[in-house]
Amino acid sequence: MFDGYLSFLPGLAWFLLALHVHAERARTDGSPMKPNAIRVVVVDDNALRAAILVDGLREAGIDGVEVIETSTQLVRRLAAIDPDVIIIDLENPSRDMLEQMFQVSRVVSRPVAMFVDQSDQSMIRAAVDAGVSAYIVDGLKKERVKAIVDMAISRFEAFDRLQRELLEARSELADRKVIDRAKGILMRSRNLSEEEAYALLRQAAMNEKRRIADIAQSLVTAAGLLGK
Amino acid sequence: MTASSITPNPRDQRIARAAVIRPDHSRVVRVGFIPLLDIAVLVAAEEQGFAAREGISLQLIKDVSWANIRDRLAFHQFDVAHMLAPMTVASCLGLGSNPSPTLAPFVLGRGGNAITLSVGLYRDMQALAGLGGSEDALTNARALAQVIAARRKAGQRPLVFAMTYPFSSHNYEFRYFMAAAGIDPDRDVTMTVVPPPLTADAMAAGAIDGFCVNAPWNMIAVERGVGRVVAVKADIWPAAPEKVLGVRPDWAESQPETLSRLIVALDAAAKWCDVPENRPTLAEMLAQPAYVGGSSALIGSLLTDRLLVDPDGTLRDIPNYLTFHGEAANFPWVSEALWLYSQMARWGQASLTPDGIDRAASAYRPDLYRHALAGSSTPLPIADRKVEGSAVPIEIATTAGPMALRAAPFLDGRAFEPDRIVDYVAGFPVANPTAGSGSHDPL
Repeated sequence: MFDGYLSFLPGLAWFLLALHVHAERARTDGSPMKPNAIRVVVVDDNALRAAILVDGLREAGIDGVEVIETSTQLVRRLAAIDPDVIIIDLENPSRDMLEQMFQVSRVVSRPVAMFVDQSDQSMIRAAVDAGVSAYIVDGLKKERVKAIVDMAISRFEAFDRLQRELLEARSELADRKVIDRAKGILMRSRNLSEEEAYALLRQAAMNEKRRIADIAQSLVTAAGLLGK
Repeated sequence: MTASSITPNPRDQRIARAAVIRPDHSRVVRVGFIPLLDIAVLVAAEEQGFAAREGISLQLIKDVSWANIRDRLAFHQFDVAHMLAPMTVASCLGLGSNPSPTLAPFVLGRGGNAITLSVGLYRDMQALAGLGGSEDALTNARALAQVIAARRKAGQRPLVFAMTYPFSSHNYEFRYFMAAAGIDPDRDVTMTVVPPPLTADAMAAGAIDGFCVNAPWNMIAVERGVGRVVAVKADIWPAAPEKVLGVRPDWAESQPETLSRLIVALDAAAKWCDVPENRPTLAEMLAQPAYVGGSSALIGSLLTDRLLVDPDGTLRDIPNYLTFHGEAANFPWVSEALWLYSQMARWGQASLTPDGIDRAASAYRPDLYRHALAGSSTPLPIADRKVEGSAVPIEIATTAGPMALRAAPFLDGRAFEPDRIVDYVAGFPVANPTAGSGSHDPL
């Protein structure tokens, strides 16, 4: 009966996302940035996370944002767009392609500094911790770089939280499903009421110092083996 | 270099040995790795109890890119890492993005790389040069040169070749292979990077015409019917180092005892990996999804030195295709670090300077290796340098007496004397020392 709830999960994700974006807007509205011509490329195969980041960058007044997915055309597309900043998720194996690209001087028309601003080690560390990395064209103003990288870090962290919450919600639903099935088995095979079945499960969990869901899972598995 | 203060000290050594008796003193070492067969020594150290015997425990953390390995090591998410040998040299030279000095006190293995061309390209080579299929690597390279010349005459696009990282043995070996046949890798073809797990797909999609990568990815491309192996590492430089244990200098300095125990554990694990009878177990371990994954049969076949080189079923036996311990395989020869520097200079990634020579040499730390293994049964080379690529067997002095090393000539027969690095680099007929590193038009 909880199957119905599961289908709501994508909707729940968007709801949480909307809440988060709303909160971020409220936070950044105090210091709006002027729109300008900075071009940012986001390389991320996770469309949801990329959307969160793009939204944040647009909020910060950066309109020239393009999302590209990993492909063998990655370097060619980057050369065509000629971005000022490239943001890439650390789960993306294509990062090594970018490293090569920056070794090859003629690929991009302007000199590219390496990995954010080498002098700001704490920013690089925060980015690595958040699972994102940024490559910045040399000569870009430090404050602009910082704003963009900070945005990427906060959005990546927000996405991580969102994922964790979703995972928890999902496992909670799964727990409830298996407990319901175990209750059903007990009700049928021992002729108990729903409350009695649940009390029995809870008692067993307390006795064995395990979670009710784990006891329920054992029961469901055992019942399956016994053909009940 | 800060870690140069770690010098062998016999008293420390005794303390480290005595502590082994207390197994309750367990330390966790976080190790970053890329799923390739040469993580074998790290996996065996943890799974076969060699680490536990030294009172340490390895937490092996899989990653997807060498850039991540470098950065996560630099920012303390890893204590040590499975690294491409040239990455440590590049880091000490300040090359690449976010260079953070990294030391190599232990070589994790030799061999494993191969150059695979698309089946279509190889068939063109066969047609043009009359290859039967059992030719040596140099003959294959010359046939490739013929095809490249023919393509140019016909106005066809340049071939696209991939490796895995700008500072990788794959980059230098692929370039060495081509240049030995007169191909200029910066002018005649396009060099690009493709992550190892994507190589077979990229080839199947026609995006690349060839690649150089470590096991098992070459054989996977051949098994899928898209690739043809034309050279292995042993053809280009039989004794070439491949991956090393990368260590942050501050970690080496603050955890000298843990580092020593780690090296002792890795030495024992490497010895275990080299025993043929252990290879099936090793294949099973590596096939676990947490490590390399894939088929243990395919991995097992690679570990028995038998490589499927052509989709038509042609097999090639490559003695010591993967070497983990024999012939002082784990010893970080400073001459190898300098050879890697010579290739960086040859292809314009670095300029050749006296300071550069010192920095490149500082990446490799034979002193830390000897310090950890002093008094063990493993023969420890006395010298830090040797002639690389000797065409005749050589004998080296070790703590256990003389050790014979097999002849290990480079593909073009030129030996590398580390003291004559300038002449060596100047003597390559094909080189681009001012290329500004890398290649022209990428994908």
